[in-house]
Amino acid sequence: MIQCKDLKKIYVNGDVETAALKGITFSIAKGEFVAIIGPSGSGKSTLMHILGALDSPTSGTYLLDGKEVSKLDDNELSDLRREKIGFVFQAFNLLPRTTVLRNVMLPLLYSQTSEKEREERARKCLVYAGMEESKFFNLSNQLSGGQMQRVAIARSLINNPAIIFADEPTGNLDTKTSHVVMEAFQQLHQQGHTIILITHETEIANFANRVITIRDGAIESDIRKQQTITNNQ
Amino acid sequence: MIATDILKETFWSLSANKVRSGLTMLGIVIGIASVITMVSIGQGAQASISTSIQSIGSNLIIVRPGAQRSAGISGGAGSNTTLTLDDASAIKSEIQNVQAVAPEDSKRAQVTAKGTNTNTQIVGTVADYAIVRSVTLEAGTFITDQNLKSSAKVAVLGSTTRDDLFGTGANPIGQIIRIKNVDFDVIGVTIAKGGSGPTNSDDSIYIPITSAQHFITGDTFVTTINVAATDQNSMVAVQSQISELLLKRHNIVDPLQADFSLMNQADIIATASSITGTFTMLLASIAGISLLVGGIGIMNMMLTTVTERTREIGLRKAVGIRKIYINLQFLSEAVALTFLGGFVGVALGWGASLAVTRFTSVATQISLSSVLLAFGVSAGVGILFGFYPARRAANLSPMEALRYE
Repeated sequence: MIQCKDLKKIYVNGDVETAALKGITFSIAKGEFVAIIGPSGSGKSTLMHILGALDSPTSGTYLLDGKEVSKLDDNELSDLRREKIGFVFQAFNLLPRTTVLRNVMLPLLYSQTSEKEREERARKCLVYAGMEESKFFNLSNQLSGGQMQRVAIARSLINNPAIIFADEPTGNLDTKTSHVVMEAFQQLHQQGHTIILITHETEIANFANRVITIRDGAIESDIRKQQTITNNQ
Repeated sequence: MIATDILKETFWSLSANKVRSGLTMLGIVIGIASVITMVSIGQGAQASISTSIQSIGSNLIIVRPGAQRSAGISGGAGSNTTLTLDDASAIKSEIQNVQAVAPEDSKRAQVTAKGTNTNTQIVGTVADYAIVRSVTLEAGTFITDQNLKSSAKVAVLGSTTRDDLFGTGANPIGQIIRIKNVDFDVIGVTIAKGGSGPTNSDDSIYIPITSAQHFITGDTFVTTINVAATDQNSMVAVQSQISELLLKRHNIVDPLQADFSLMNQADIIATASSITGTFTMLLASIAGISLLVGGIGIMNMMLTTVTERTREIGLRKAVGIRKIYINLQFLSEAVALTFLGGFVGVALGWGASLAVTRFTSVATQISLSSVLLAFGVSAGVGILFGFYPARRAANLSPMEALRYE
């Protein structure tokens, strides 16, 4: 599903060059639930954004479902994000002053589906993500943090993506709500979805069954539950 | 499919940001409405002054005794006594393209009727005066050639004089008025034209010129000769021919020593036009400034909106919406805002102009070019500053856009 080789990302700010990623290599198979963990500044966010096709690496290769992502043009990248990827953000990133339903329907814009069908699919995804039907017409600014994240999860599912990426999905939530959200991810995994999430909390990482640790732009360890594989890079 | 999606997104987007959309439109509406109203007031002023001047007669040339004056609009006869009835007849018979000639012998005098009196202009003139100076009657008849031949003691009252002597709107025909101890029969009343031009034609009494010379003024000369040319194109020729003729008749060789002066109605209109033209320019400048301020307001709102929506643009890219659709959406929003604001602004400007005319006595004339200009500028500014910044934001990588503060 995912194969990265020697991914590097260097930020240039005037004269100063910062290497956020110093050569990341790993693979992820279909159906895995992977957590990438590391302290602030470790480069995990940078890695996530590259994997989610939201940013491009300075060098290295990234194959997603067989496609070389760095060779895609702007339109192809958009198509990739729409069809293969579902992204859940830490800050939820919902459309302001817009209903829950319309938020979930957003990725279906300009597709060849009718308004009715779009609403149908949105409802299904919302139920799937554990959202109460009574809230479907609420505006995004009338929801709690946990509810917003569930809407974001539903949105990420609507195009049946091959992979779901989550960037610190529980970062803005309290402990109880965090657990509810993580249980939702576990359920999705049980239904066969491939999930990659990043976090800085070990407790959250332990919901996954493979934990990759990143420090200073390089992989420090790669541990699967039930199996122990250590990769020292 | 795509088109309906874009239209729907535009609608949802604009209604999700009602306050901001409203404020942007407000800038457009006010800018356009004020330009239209201001210019229409200026145009209205020009038009009504033109009309007033036209109403004193068309293709009119006025000959007065006395030295040459430059485009003066002041009234009053010259102090000279050199124009005569024969001069008037000569103009009529010898010059081509003359429709009618009306000599005048006018003087102010006290006039009494039963129990009332007034001080007014007594205009001794001929039948053709009605043609030359566009006089129409409300009742009765004007002076006839027979009246002239017999120096009849008949009078036609202006509407204001009639009001002053007999009461507003009364019918004075058959009544007697007394001018300088001579009784005159009232035979007609003119229709009100409104005060304009050198003398107020409504506050006058018209009597046959021969009667004026015999009974009132004792003059052998005339105080004015009014000449109506057949059409506008012949006015210049007629004017120079009158000049030549009178110089010859008065035995004057050097035109600069002429003992008369000619005033051309077109000149008066031109002078008045240049004054109202300046006035219109002033109003247009004020309107232009308000359009500029409105434009800056629009620019401001649009830029702010796009800056604040950069994160939204990043999100749309992140969920996989193609750049071109994002651009089209923002273009559509900018067009919708500016056009909607434009139509409301035009309607408001129209309404305001009509209201000004209705509730004040100021005339307005809505000019199409001001509508197009105002609309064009507002639309141009709105679309420029609503679309291009959005396009720039759509070119950022989704991550850059989502991180934007």
